[in-house]
Amino acid sequence: MEWANQLCENRQFGSKMTDSKYFTTTKKGEIFELKAELNSDKKEKKKEAVKKVIASMTVGKDVSALFPDVVNCMQTDNLELKKLVYLYLMNYAKSQPDMAIMAVNTFVKDCEDANPLIRALAVRTMGCIRVDKITEYLCEPLRKCLKDEDPYVRKTAAVCVAKLHDINAQLVEDQGFLDTLKDLISDSNPMVVANAVAALSEIAESHPNSNLLDLNPQSINKLLTALNECTEWGQIFILDCLANYTPRDDRESQSICERVTPRLSHANSAVVLSAVKVLMKFMEMLPKDLDYYSTLLKKLAPPLVTLLSAEPELQYVALRNINLIVQKRPEILKHEMKVFFVKYNDPIYVKLEKLDIMIRLASQANIAQVLAELKEYATEVDVDFVRKAVRAIGRCAIKVEQSAERCVSTLLDLIQTKVNYVVQEAIVVIKDIFRKYPNKYESVIATLCENLDSLDEPEARAAMIWIVGEYAERIDNADELLESFLEGFHDESTQVQLQLLTAIVKLFLKKPTETQELVQQVLSLATQDSDNPDLRDRGYIYWRLLSTDPVAAKEVVLAEKPLISEETDLIEPTLLEELICHIGTLASVYHKPPSAFVEGSRGVMHKRLPARTGSGESTESPDVGTAAGGSAPEAAPSIIPSQGDLLGDLLNLDMAPPTTSGPPPPTTGMQMGGMDLLGGGLDSLLGGDIGGSPAMGAGFGAAPAVMPASLNAPVGGGLGDLFDLGGVGMPMGAYIPPKIVWLPAMKAKGLEISGTFARRAGVIQMELILTNKAMSVMTDFAIQFNRNSFGLAPAGPLQVLTPLGPNQTIEVSLPLSTVGPVMKMDPLNNLQVAVKNNIDVFYFSCQYPISMLFVEDGKMERQVFLATWKDIPNDNESQFQIKDCHLNSDAASSKLQGSNIFTIAKRTVEGQDMLYMSIKLSNGIWVLAELRVQAGNPNYTISLKCRAPEVSQCVFQCYEAVLKN
Amino acid sequence: MQISRPRQPYSAVIVFLSLLISPLTLQVLICRNYKGDVDMAEIDHFLPLLMTQEEEGLTCPIMSHGNVHFLWIKHTNLYLVATTNKNSNASLVYAFLYKVVEVFTEYFTELEEESIQDNFVVVYELLDELMDFGFPQTTDSKILQEYITQEGTKLEVAKTKVPTTVTNAVSWRSEGIKYKKNEVFIDVIESINLLVNANGSVMSSDIVGTVKLKTMLSGMPELRLGLNDRALFALTGRDKGKTVTMEDVKFHQCVRLSRFESDRTISFIPPDGESELMSYRINTHVKPLIWIESVIEKFSHSRVEIMVKAKGQFKKQSVANNVEVRVPVPSDADSPKFKTSTGHAKYVPEKNLAVWTIKSFPGGKEFLMRASFGLPSVENDEMEGKPPITVNFEIPYFTVSGIQVRYMKIIEKSGYQALPWVRYITQSGDYQLRSNF
Repeated sequence: MEWANQLCENRQFGSKMTDSKYFTTTKKGEIFELKAELNSDKKEKKKEAVKKVIASMTVGKDVSALFPDVVNCMQTDNLELKKLVYLYLMNYAKSQPDMAIMAVNTFVKDCEDANPLIRALAVRTMGCIRVDKITEYLCEPLRKCLKDEDPYVRKTAAVCVAKLHDINAQLVEDQGFLDTLKDLISDSNPMVVANAVAALSEIAESHPNSNLLDLNPQSINKLLTALNECTEWGQIFILDCLANYTPRDDRESQSICERVTPRLSHANSAVVLSAVKVLMKFMEMLPKDLDYYSTLLKKLAPPLVTLLSAEPELQYVALRNINLIVQKRPEILKHEMKVFFVKYNDPIYVKLEKLDIMIRLASQANIAQVLAELKEYATEVDVDFVRKAVRAIGRCAIKVEQSAERCVSTLLDLIQTKVNYVVQEAIVVIKDIFRKYPNKYESVIATLCENLDSLDEPEARAAMIWIVGEYAERIDNADELLESFLEGFHDESTQVQLQLLTAIVKLFLKKPTETQELVQQVLSLATQDSDNPDLRDRGYIYWRLLSTDPVAAKEVVLAEKPLISEETDLIEPTLLEELICHIGTLASVYHKPPSAFVEGSRGVMHKRLPARTGSGESTESPDVGTAAGGSAPEAAPSIIPSQGDLLGDLLNLDMAPPTTSGPPPPTTGMQMGGMDLLGGGLDSLLGGDIGGSPAMGAGFGAAPAVMPASLNAPVGGGLGDLFDLGGVGMPMGAYIPPKIVWLPAMKAKGLEISGTFARRAGVIQMELILTNKAMSVMTDFAIQFNRNSFGLAPAGPLQVLTPLGPNQTIEVSLPLSTVGPVMKMDPLNNLQVAVKNNIDVFYFSCQYPISMLFVEDGKMERQVFLATWKDIPNDNESQFQIKDCHLNSDAASSKLQGSNIFTIAKRTVEGQDMLYMSIKLSNGIWVLAELRVQAGNPNYTISLKCRAPEVSQCVFQCYEAVLKN
Repeated sequence: MQISRPRQPYSAVIVFLSLLISPLTLQVLICRNYKGDVDMAEIDHFLPLLMTQEEEGLTCPIMSHGNVHFLWIKHTNLYLVATTNKNSNASLVYAFLYKVVEVFTEYFTELEEESIQDNFVVVYELLDELMDFGFPQTTDSKILQEYITQEGTKLEVAKTKVPTTVTNAVSWRSEGIKYKKNEVFIDVIESINLLVNANGSVMSSDIVGTVKLKTMLSGMPELRLGLNDRALFALTGRDKGKTVTMEDVKFHQCVRLSRFESDRTISFIPPDGESELMSYRINTHVKPLIWIESVIEKFSHSRVEIMVKAKGQFKKQSVANNVEVRVPVPSDADSPKFKTSTGHAKYVPEKNLAVWTIKSFPGGKEFLMRASFGLPSVENDEMEGKPPITVNFEIPYFTVSGIQVRYMKIIEKSGYQALPWVRYITQSGDYQLRSNF
């Protein structure tokens, strides 16, 4: 409060006192004094008093006790005073709901004032008073204001509908405000249109299936017309709204793009980014050979580059988005490397992002320049930036083969600087280079070894140890070097310990004679003196391998390592697509889907890019077009239809407390890895997210995982024929278990429920038969699920439209979504259901076949499959027997494909067919399978590998069910 | 059971914090909760987050705590913070925050703690008008000034009407403007951005031009600006004289973008008074106008010797004014000595710079500056960065790209004659030359 006591310096208007004087009275009894002043007869005094109240409010003092007195001042002709009273009301109405009702009359009256400013002010404030009791009274004034002759009032009223909807959605729907709002999209005034679009978009977010915006070619046309006339902010609302539309075909897509491109020349960066979003999305539908497609690509680059001269925060947002765009369409900015060169005065967050994009754009054509820059950055003083620059050099070496040599020599130069953290980073990346180009740069090992003593970071130590182990045969004193690390074995981090263990075993296998003692020493350190299970296990494995079969040990430990991928930290393609739909928003900055950090957005459909469609078919049948479009976010099912009584009832079911999704993990806006598939809850299953690039491999210093016997031999040459797969038979329909009784009538006052689960055209359905075995009519059916392992939730209401009479039976099909709250159940596929009717609420649980969660895009790339199989620890593998199955392998494969179990490769060895299959669950978990079928033997053997081994049992059950039915 | 709550795209609480002498006393100066979905108390987490980041030297304009996200900018001693718990449009939020700064600056000349306190009633009124429920509304300060004034009571009459401009398609110009003499002043300003590597090779260079208007025209005039734009000439088939290829062009809200897109015509109804009509970026490689060669020799524990040669690589007839060459020196340098062939040099210890000023620098000339500094015998432990040499200058009556205003057509229904005046200037933008220092 010191500043409040400052002299009231007059800054603006000669003799007039400024407002700061209102902050000065802090004496005791202030509230009492103010009360008296508020009730004064003198207008001027009243106004002064209100100003003092607002000043107190501003500095955070509680002046709610003055509520009635302030509200009394509301009826005034003085606009300034009125505004202050309204401001007060907005702040305190919620804490004084009973008294807030006193204000209603004035609102109603003000909404009919002759002055449009007052009408608008009233309607604007009304919506900010979040008191349920008074909202009803506000409907009539709002209705009038929505049709006001003055556009200023109408645009304010349009926003008020969104406000009211936030307080009481039902009321807004009942009162028909949504229709009025829709009409305003055709208003003659562009500002009204823009605000109506903003309000509707906002409301539509909470009603994914309401088709509120009713986006069709006609309404799109209206929006595109308004786009040319409204303010910059209005343009953003409209563009963001357009981005939700899925054009019917490529022609429509092109014509929208043509009308949106001029926005790329707007001075406001946010308008430009929103336009980029629309273009990036709709471009997806254009055929690549179209001239217009390449024209559009060319048009996108200059505005993206210009965004880099905006204010630093906007630059940051732009860079995070460019990072996405470069991954999605690298061709757009491939010639623009120079603009991403870092300037000395760039803020650190801009520098780091630019560096990231530089690496993505690095190619043979520009690598020389890039390297020169990176070398420059590596001698800066900002530690984080320098580290990243050094890593970047390593990434360039791996990405652009021709530059590898130059990168290595640059790194060696940097090592010579002896700056500790530079040396350590350099060693970490050189290890990667060794892996990518084996037997090429080993001459530098000597230089690296000179720096052994200065390494104090685990990652660098581990990297160095890996190098020594890997090239033990060429380093004369490898044993001495490794031995020196052994002394402080127990003080090292796990990473270093594991690496050291493996390196010494490698050394032993290469030079067994001299190193027997050393290997004994490390094995006993790892197995006997350590309480780290990973270390112990690895120690034992080596030990047994070495003692039982040294040849096998050699094959395992010194096996060829999988290649490392050129591009690291690429965003997984489906996530990338979703993020492209969110360009400009927080999601695009965090590189995380909104569901990962917005509370309560789980029910909202993930946005997807539209698919390319031919123009011919879809013009005739728009429905087909949308279906083919694939995404159609507006077609998402609603969660619960009539929110009035039903919701209340269901909430009282008392089955599980209302859940809040866990808070988003704290981020600093840096690169995040894979998406959070399950949110909170199922941590063990979550571990199974193999993300988009499993080929990246695990920490490769680890002893290579043992491959399944069948995959082991042919890694080199047999890979081709292993995957040389003949045609797979036509898929048949998915397996649907027969209906069984879930809820017997005697347990449910006469209601009998039987049912099953099915997956039809990608939609999971719960198929129910409801039978009324009681004497009275049953009505008001509703259904709700408890939290479950895979987030199953009804995607719509239970459609029992007519009352169910005695002895009547009805079949209902309930679509399910997998975006509900998650909780691990036992058994995993257990589902607890509550069904309500007019009589009571009933509970039952049932088990669903996990096959209904197998998604259609579960076919893994062969290479990815191979890498993933190796990558999943062997502990996660489980084996099962399927007895008495008489299908041949092709028939089995096509039968399984019907249930989205995809055969990726088939191999025949000595009369035994081995099928390699992949399955993807709706929550992104992959399951890999190897099915062995011996001709003439009715017993199959199946091995399942998954990062979340819990699901294996359920998956096996599905195999059995599918194959035997 | 969880009920999905609506996800709202535009959501913001604008909070101003003022930074006092000690950052620990940072407190909320004024705030407006536009949506009521973020608890005002959340702002208490902002400062600790900011301080942690500053300690780590890794600030980020977006920070989050729980499910609340803080998007902030800093202006003089103020932090402008927007908070949201939705997937808001981040670029819109920043563009809006900068717009708020612009509006308040025009209202109060300076946006700072005192001006907010002195005018808190107007500030509240403006906040109310600038954004509604998280949707930005009218942000044009000239229009706002027509109905939100600082001397509220006195202008009661004027305030009883909403200016039609607020909701018009032409939301940037009011009707009924009158001038005795109708004139428009056009300033074409080109800034050169340059990045030169320590070995003297140009890493990147571009030109960012802006066209600024000072419009003093009556009524609702229709203006058309003609430039020697290569794309326009190509369209019209005209092929004479020098043309300029603009890589990217950005326009003020008033310019009809679709018209420009279709036939490259720049047509608009201008805002009254001063405004920035357009900006453009040109990639063509130009010879650096002022070239710097430097030799910086550091003799540890004793001294550092600096020799800088500046060369004017532009036409002899032109003159660069107020040239300033800023050379970085070690932070522990002392006892400066300078020798210059022209202008004068001085040491600015608080910025660790030697600044060489040349009032007037004719084209084609070459000047020299030598400086020497003493260094302490005990070496500074801290690593120092390698700041580049930067140069400031301006060259009037000249655009480096050769862009020209060919015509400015002014048509108003009253049919008055109006005169356009054009001025050209080239200046330094981000002009950096890395040194070996």
